[in-house]
Amino acid sequence: MKSMTASRKDTVVQAAAKKRSAFWKTFVRQRYLYLMSLPFVLWAFVFSYLPLWGWTMAFQKFKPGIAFRDQKWVGLQYFKELFADEQFYRVLRNTLAMSTMGLVAGFVVPIVFAVVLNEVRAMSIKRFVQTVSYLPHFVSWVVVAGIVTKMLSTEGGVVNDLLVALHIIDEPIQFMAKGGLFWYIVTASDVWKEMGWNTIIYLAAIAGIGPELYEASRVDGASRVRQVWHITLPGIRPTIIVLLIISIGHLIGIGFEKQFLLGNPLVSDYSQVLDLYALNYGLGLGRFSFGTAINIFNSVISVFLLLIANGIFKRTTKESIF
Amino acid sequence: MHALKKSTGRPWSDRWFDVAVYLLLILVTVVTLYPFLNVLAISLNDSTDSVRGGITIYPRVPTFKNYETIFAFGGLITGLKISVLRTVVGTILGLISASMLAFTISRSDFQGRRFVSTFLALTMYVSGGLIPFYILIRDLNMMNTFAVYVLPGLVSAFNVFVIRSFIDGIPFALQESAKLDGANDWTIFWRVILPLTKPALATIALFLAVGQWNAWFDTYLYNGSSEKLTTLQFELMKVLQSTTTNADQFRGRNMTEVMRQISPESVKMAITIVVTVPILVVYPFLQKYFVKGMTLGAVKS
Repeated sequence: MKSMTASRKDTVVQAAAKKRSAFWKTFVRQRYLYLMSLPFVLWAFVFSYLPLWGWTMAFQKFKPGIAFRDQKWVGLQYFKELFADEQFYRVLRNTLAMSTMGLVAGFVVPIVFAVVLNEVRAMSIKRFVQTVSYLPHFVSWVVVAGIVTKMLSTEGGVVNDLLVALHIIDEPIQFMAKGGLFWYIVTASDVWKEMGWNTIIYLAAIAGIGPELYEASRVDGASRVRQVWHITLPGIRPTIIVLLIISIGHLIGIGFEKQFLLGNPLVSDYSQVLDLYALNYGLGLGRFSFGTAINIFNSVISVFLLLIANGIFKRTTKESIF
Repeated sequence: MHALKKSTGRPWSDRWFDVAVYLLLILVTVVTLYPFLNVLAISLNDSTDSVRGGITIYPRVPTFKNYETIFAFGGLITGLKISVLRTVVGTILGLISASMLAFTISRSDFQGRRFVSTFLALTMYVSGGLIPFYILIRDLNMMNTFAVYVLPGLVSAFNVFVIRSFIDGIPFALQESAKLDGANDWTIFWRVILPLTKPALATIALFLAVGQWNAWFDTYLYNGSSEKLTTLQFELMKVLQSTTTNADQFRGRNMTEVMRQISPESVKMAITIVVTVPILVVYPFLQKYFVKGMTLGAVKS
């Protein structure tokens, strides 16, 4: 009896040892694969995962230059401060407003544009317009902000010139100084920059629709408008749904470049978004703990939205994004 | 009725549809191109004349004076050098890391494969946020260094997955036969995989290069006080912000000098063109690659 358990133990140990030695054998054989991946994995650890450790700052009265164990822990104090800050709710409103507007416009316009491009028969014209429409995607937000400011300026900006020439307005409008217009300017700039680029995926999806569907509808006497409505749009519906769900997941992480570059003190009530808030009120004022609390709030909501989006995605397509 | 339609070609509604389609195309083209042409025209126009306004898409009083003036300012030359340098170095390093990682996780026999790919995929969803990242960079002593431009963003999961899905399309038999000829994984990567992955690499190289060329925030955040490490985008950003905001703490003293010689408007437009031209020259030639790369990446993710 005893010997049996012993021998069984032996075999388990042997099997484990065998497995271990097999692992190391393969490890040696695949050394180059390890060599080509592990250093970069370490890299990703340092720059992607290590910052998460910094989240501890939000729960401390963090002072730079002091050892971690000497920091004073304050619990949820900074979160309480955050949620008591009136500014926070304004910032949250701005973030949600601009991301929702961006989501809607960023979906509708590229789809319309892709459908229109698909209807162009002359290939050379189609290619030319496509190439032109990709251009703004490749220039920086710094440049785009400069261009937008110039186009909307009261001194020789084309938008004001046009509106005045058409007698729609009598006086040039100070677009960049009107808080109420800021969300629209950001959304329009975003559409201008990314419209062409975002058609790429839809055009690929449209290209995947079988030509026989169009043939059949033509035989039935369908007009082109009806073809668009009954063939093209339903054909790219799955693509639209997937992209929509992914965007919902990224709703709150809209970045801050546009707001930073297009905003100015006159419109700051409408231009501050979460990341900018963290930048100005956290980093700018040296309140690292407070700023980190904002970052944590942002990340947690993002992950939450992502999970919801993935849940919807699973239910609709029986697949998972992750 | 049917016969009539046939003889006239297409129904009337389709003709109106065509008209609408082409009108929209013209609108998009004009709305996209006009601002660039306008900026170009102003940058090539005499700066005192520009103040009068009314410049559209051609210079009224043509001159290269604006460009001469901005290039006489040292900050712009330094910015240009650093921008080119970070674009070259960042692109090469990014390509090496992404293609090596893509190669290893494309190998179904690689025993670390699942770990590596999960570890990478998670980086797309976890983010510590701006301030913890800032503290990390500071703790690593990377403030005011060139390294901060190219090292933190070295590994990008998205790029890895795009290249990987491309490698998946290469028959594994090629690797096996190379192995029979005595090649190890290292040689296979350089001699077999890389040459066959060129279209994907071209796409990723474009993304990396554009990202590096366009970056300004890292300069602003980490190297804002170091004149030797300034970048073109940061210089442009400073000039653009200097008149839109009154309370600017970042106004370069030298640039203000320049602005006294020619109008700020002309300075802005000329720098904008300098920053934009390299991209304009490169991207149309890579179009077929990046369209493919984008579609590939979308299908996979």
